[in-house]
Amino acid sequence: MKLRYFAWVREQIGRPEEEVELPEGVETVGDLVRWLKTRGEEYGAAFEHEKVVRAAIDRVHVKPAARLEGASEVAFFPPMTGG
Amino acid sequence: MAVHLQEEPFDTGAWIDRLTAGRTDVGAVVSFTGLCRADGETGTIQAMTLEHYPGMAEEELGRLEDEARARWPLLDVLILHRYGRLVPGDPIVLVVTLSSHRAAAFAAADFVMDYLKTSAPFWKKEENERGPQWVEAKASDDAARDRW
Repeated sequence: MKLRYFAWVREQIGRPEEEVELPEGVETVGDLVRWLKTRGEEYGAAFEHEKVVRAAIDRVHVKPAARLEGASEVAFFPPMTGG
Repeated sequence: MAVHLQEEPFDTGAWIDRLTAGRTDVGAVVSFTGLCRADGETGTIQAMTLEHYPGMAEEELGRLEDEARARWPLLDVLILHRYGRLVPGDPIVLVVTLSSHRAAAFAAADFVMDYLKTSAPFWKKEENERGPQWVEAKASDDAARDRW
């Protein structure tokens, strides 16, 4: 699965994207965040305020309870500030 | 007319001319042009950089266009957003709505901007005298969206 990061989430993690193999038991976006936080300080910093970070599955906004099954790309980013 | 993402500046008047050329059914054109302000969200700024999520940005703006067309009798819609580095005075975003009558055109343009602010994947980083700083999302933008 491809993970993509934007804005300060990208800066804190230190890379714009990566490929990951999901371990057993990681079934939702919320599970994925909790697993990422175990992978290093940079993830801990990016997801320190878990509820602030938004997610999209295959370029559509989703909530933390959204299931990852069938997803090819999951993105994490701060609340949007365009316009 | 749909959705455009571009790094270059745009000309609002030229876009309105293009959208209305040769048409005799349009009674109302509403346009909103958003500009980069010197008094930014983080203080006085020299410039800002707009980051976006390529692919999702186009798709999300397309979903906003579809929703606007479903809610109001629109004859055409244009949503144009820039990315990259902008300086104060530069145009950032353009929304143009065309309808037979003004009420639909006004409402649809307002709706598109309110949703764009909170759901289109763009992020502003402002450059002020303390260095670069990400702009924080505003609760007032969420409130504006929730009116619809």
